[in-house]
Amino acid sequence: MKFRTFRRHLRESFKSLSRNGWMTFASVSAVTVTLLLIGVFFIIMMNLNQLADNIENDVEIKVVAEPGADRVQVQQLLKQVKKTPGVEEVTHFTRDQELEKMIKSFGDELALHKQSNPLGDALYVKASNPKETATLAKEISTYEYIYDVEYGEGKVEKLFNVLKVGRNVGLALILALLFTAMFLISNTIRLTIIARRTEIDIMKLVGATDSFVRIPFMLEGVWLGILGAIVPMVVITTSYAQLYSLWDSRLQNQLFKLLDPTPFLFQLNFLLVFVAVFIGVWGSFMSVRKFLRV
Amino acid sequence: MIVMKNVYKKYRNGVVASNGIHVEISKGEFVYVVGPSGAGKSTFIKMMYREEVPTSGLIFINGTELSKIRSKDIPYLRRQIGVVFQDFKLLPKLTVYENVAYALEVIEEKPSVIRQKVTDVLKLVGLTNKMRMFPNELSGGEQQRVSIARSIVNSPKLVIADEPTGNLDPDTSWEIMKIFERINAQGTTIVMATHNREIVDTKKHRVIQIEGGLITRDEYEGEYRNEI
Repeated sequence: MKFRTFRRHLRESFKSLSRNGWMTFASVSAVTVTLLLIGVFFIIMMNLNQLADNIENDVEIKVVAEPGADRVQVQQLLKQVKKTPGVEEVTHFTRDQELEKMIKSFGDELALHKQSNPLGDALYVKASNPKETATLAKEISTYEYIYDVEYGEGKVEKLFNVLKVGRNVGLALILALLFTAMFLISNTIRLTIIARRTEIDIMKLVGATDSFVRIPFMLEGVWLGILGAIVPMVVITTSYAQLYSLWDSRLQNQLFKLLDPTPFLFQLNFLLVFVAVFIGVWGSFMSVRKFLRV
Repeated sequence: MIVMKNVYKKYRNGVVASNGIHVEISKGEFVYVVGPSGAGKSTFIKMMYREEVPTSGLIFINGTELSKIRSKDIPYLRRQIGVVFQDFKLLPKLTVYENVAYALEVIEEKPSVIRQKVTDVLKLVGLTNKMRMFPNELSGGEQQRVSIARSIVNSPKLVIADEPTGNLDPDTSWEIMKIFERINAQGTTIVMATHNREIVDTKKHRVIQIEGGLITRDEYEGEYRNEI
């Protein structure tokens, strides 16, 4: 295809958008509504996913050293735990610090124990992969100078299962929504193209090749996608930025933080435009293909 | 230019529109195709630019056998033939100028050449002052003239017209005939299906009469005849 022909197709696609006013409006509206839905849903899912990540990352193993272990032995244990593959971070609290924490939580009567502290040193271990927590705990429990290893056995597995199911359901919903969007948008485009099938017949009878007929329609699909994506992008970007600043200033909860707008919103907007353009082009391509057999 | 050998066409609903047609039309001829409605005139014409495909038989256009053409090459056949449709078949969302230019754009002609040729042909059909209008703003006769302009703008060797004066008043019909006569005088072959007795009997040319899917008469300088 010559460059001037491509320029001609570009020009025609713009003209056609304005000359088919109502049909353009119908297609753009379909894209706008579905993209808004996809965008909002995507934001919710990504933030829930972030929450799930935070919960998972919050899971840790508490390793209690034998109360009788001396400082050297505890250091030896600390070294060994740190060296264990799959360990990301170890925080060490001495037996005295542990007792202080307990006194803070349960009251001053525990201060009596300051004379003969029954507690051992504690190591708080975070796994680099939270799902490996149980395996890691099992391995650490075989080390020397260990009194106890706790990680919420049973509960952690359940929590991870719930999060896994939640993530899978979210993914399935997003896929279903994308599929519905594709169906909805390409159907609207198909309806507008069916209304123009005589045009395609005429073009073919005058000697236009399939690609000569098809390319302007596909370019029109690109513009429909882009036009349809503008409103959802603006609405989602401004509302999310607002929500984020509100949330961030009022809630200091570390566990449930909203995703930072950058680069998240850029990625989301890119995704929306990509989905819209892809569906626009695909919908036009498939619809025109049907009527090319003249 | 056109050769049909034993062409047979049966539609899915059982109607036989062409029942073994043999015909040869030479370069530069002007041929009227006459016959009652439903006789097979339109099918005869549509098979020439492959809007319809014969059930059996051979059709040659400019030496090319149409059944051997691959579907991706059909556009290139159609570009050699100018077709004037009874229902005009204009693109409703394009202006008069753009409708005519379309036939040149499909062959990727240079914009400057397109401008020149379209302007010339619109002058020929007398529509220069309406080139920015859309088809629905034109009368039937004007739309037909746009259709003619589009069919001749890339100077095809063959122009096929299916009842081009079918919906028009006598004056406009004569205008359109004048255009056909003019392009025929320049060497273009014209095949025109028509019901217009006055035109056939006044502007004498070869007359091919089709009835029941068969050629029942083929006369040079023929007449319309009363029985049709």
